[in-house]
Amino acid sequence: MAKKKSKKPKTPGLFKGMGITLGILGHTIKDGANTVQYPHEKETPPIRARGVIALHEDNCTACMLCVRSCPDWCIYIEGHKQLAPPRRAGGKPRQVNHLDRFDIDYALCMYCGICVEVCPFDALFWSPEYEYSEPKIADLLHDKNKLGEWMETVPEAPELEAGAQKK
Amino acid sequence: MNLLATDIPYWGQSLLRVLGGLVAVLLPAGTIVYLFLFKMMSFMQSRLGPMEAGPYGSMQLLAEVGKWMQKEDLAPAAADHRIFKMAPLVVLVSTFLLVVVIPFGPDAWFTNFSVGVFYGLAVASISVLGILIAGWASANKYSLLGGLRAAGQLIAYELPMVLATLGVVIQAGSMNLQDIVVAQNTGEIFGFSGLGNPYIFTQFIGFLIFMIAVQAELTQAPFDMPIAESELVSGYMTEYSGFRFLIFFIAEFATAGVFALIASVLFLGGWGIPFEWFGWTSVDDVDNWMNLAGPVIMFTKMLVLTFIIMWVRFSFPRFREDQLQTFAWKILIPLALANTAITATLKVAF
Repeated sequence: MAKKKSKKPKTPGLFKGMGITLGILGHTIKDGANTVQYPHEKETPPIRARGVIALHEDNCTACMLCVRSCPDWCIYIEGHKQLAPPRRAGGKPRQVNHLDRFDIDYALCMYCGICVEVCPFDALFWSPEYEYSEPKIADLLHDKNKLGEWMETVPEAPELEAGAQKK
Repeated sequence: MNLLATDIPYWGQSLLRVLGGLVAVLLPAGTIVYLFLFKMMSFMQSRLGPMEAGPYGSMQLLAEVGKWMQKEDLAPAAADHRIFKMAPLVVLVSTFLLVVVIPFGPDAWFTNFSVGVFYGLAVASISVLGILIAGWASANKYSLLGGLRAAGQLIAYELPMVLATLGVVIQAGSMNLQDIVVAQNTGEIFGFSGLGNPYIFTQFIGFLIFMIAVQAELTQAPFDMPIAESELVSGYMTEYSGFRFLIFFIAEFATAGVFALIASVLFLGGWGIPFEWFGWTSVDDVDNWMNLAGPVIMFTKMLVLTFIIMWVRFSFPRFREDQLQTFAWKILIPLALANTAITATLKVAF
């Protein structure tokens, strides 16, 4: 039966096709285009957009899990152990890892997000920020100050679905 | 041009003709590229097209030309250099030669050529040579394939074009394009002469065949097999860059404009308005202001026809090579032959 359908004359289909293009032409003139003129107007990226990875420095313990899980080794962490004041008065001073360096080379990063997933202390977040191109490739290596600045662009986590377990 | 012949020496006339030719070729080309290629195509795809260079991107064309002019003039090492560099010029020259026979007003013509139709159709096929040598001289198998496809296609669609024109020539009884314009504007349809007799009514099949053949001659979609970018990169244009590519580009759209001008002369009454309106009876009665109004009328008709050409181009997918040849040889040519035969019979009968 499908064969019978294809035996219909092709001409009306041709005119229909031309009608569609003309229709879109009229629609664009009347209601404007579906695109935006980028540098002048910007679209808001979706809340879970993978724009750039931001660092919440206070949460980081320099545990190196993200470095080890990164498929293309684009995260560089250096830290040292130091003593912190005790939690309770009269207690022993605590030993903590202090973060000296946390760099991500965005020239290498492939935005897989494994570091964000693997971080046990909620120190890494996805930010929808996307305008950080550089004229020189070496300038894409961003340090922890820059990664910290991007923390401000991280949106609030959306409400979990009913019945979902909080981590 | 002839109008000024008494005042202006020969070199002045020649200069005017050259300038007029440049305007007649480049103005339609620029208008088509900006209005249709940049804007209409974008709008049909629900986007705005170039917007940054000048108001609404109107200077974009200058920017593109500037970009192409400053690129290096590259040629492949294995290419036949002299012929490789000549090919785009051959294509462009055929466009310039084609515009020579088009009348733009009662006295505004480049040459009043008694076999204008014959000359125009002959000169139009020079571009095939340019394309073929471009494909061959590039020393690239894709370019050669593209050139061969183009040659096969252009020759196949030349025939229906010639045969479609034949109907007009029979009906007008002249091969002179000026006479064809006059015949249309002094003619009458069943005794009603208020509209003249533009041949689009009596030669509608011829007009359709002519426009389809023009579409194929311009290698525009749906007949863009020779430059099929997804399989042949860009066919015979693959190896060209810089201003040689620019020349190909200009030639493509200038030819679109010139073919639209010829179609408007053959089928839409050319520069004229029905002579009845002003009580003119022959081309000698026509007032001088028509020499100024004529080009404007021609330009308007050219825009309408190129709008249709571009509209088809942006709407349809590409024909397969065998479908394309079948369409020309098995449908268009018999149809055009039948049209010619019927026109000739009716011409003799009445």
